[in-house]
Amino acid sequence: MTHVMDELDRSIVLATQGGLPLVPRPYARLADTVGTSQEDVMSRLRRLLAIGAIRRIAAVPNHYALGLAANAMTVWDVDDAALPELGPRVGRLDFVSHCYHRPRRLPEWPFNLFAMVHGRGQSEVDAKIEVIAALLGSRCKAHDALLSTRILKKTGLRIAG
Amino acid sequence: MLDAMDRKLVNRLQAGFPLCERPFDEVGCEVGLTEEETLRRVGALLAGGQLSRFGPMYNIERMGGAFCLCALSAPEADFDRIAEAVNAFPEVAHNYQRAHKLNMWFVLAVETAENIAELTARIERATGCEVLAFPKLEEFFIGLRVEA
Repeated sequence: MTHVMDELDRSIVLATQGGLPLVPRPYARLADTVGTSQEDVMSRLRRLLAIGAIRRIAAVPNHYALGLAANAMTVWDVDDAALPELGPRVGRLDFVSHCYHRPRRLPEWPFNLFAMVHGRGQSEVDAKIEVIAALLGSRCKAHDALLSTRILKKTGLRIAG
Repeated sequence: MLDAMDRKLVNRLQAGFPLCERPFDEVGCEVGLTEEETLRRVGALLAGGQLSRFGPMYNIERMGGAFCLCALSAPEADFDRIAEAVNAFPEVAHNYQRAHKLNMWFVLAVETAENIAELTARIERATGCEVLAFPKLEEFFIGLRVEA
């Protein structure tokens, strides 16, 4: 994790893993923590945003607390030739949070497209799965929806200090 | 639980937080709150769990690291022991039980992509289960804007 970040960048990442400080001047506070100026912190964050090391600085809502209590990891066996066109269309659906092309593991796992679907309840999730099925049409041979029955661990990104 | 102003604030903050000297003041001006009240509400939304995070969202892959989704099939009788063995690895960021023959799905977060194969081999030794790795080949979209 070194080629695009120097030690100070890394200190900034470590200092913000838990989030930004809730103070009127959060970037000045962060600068004090890592031992540089506010201007330096802001220009480093701008650079990390520009190269995509930071997706964005934002609030992440808790889907459950906002009423999206149901979710399913939906998996689809899509014709490889059609995936470049269909993958982005599934990813852009407003109820899909993550959408990836992943390898099949034959014979037990024929699915190559993964899409996390969220809804206010199971029937809403089921209806949204039907929307994806209709979008993929005959270019999808099979699909499944894996409901999560228990969260066993959730810590998010933690890099070693 | 959320009043109309909280909803406005959550929707505004999902779009991105400004990089300027007094960002809470700037966001407050946009939604019609003082800086102090903006800070108080963001703190309350985090404390109340309506926001799970507030700050930079890092993309570990652009920093040279990698995520990898993995799955294994744990026999029901041995499920809790296997979950404990998997969770004991600090590289395991999330782990979910799912209703499928492959009933345990977890995400590895590692600082260099080359570590994945070695790590899945160690998890296989610790659990006695075959670990299937599903590295992403392509990302079509990440991010869900939830209308609060």
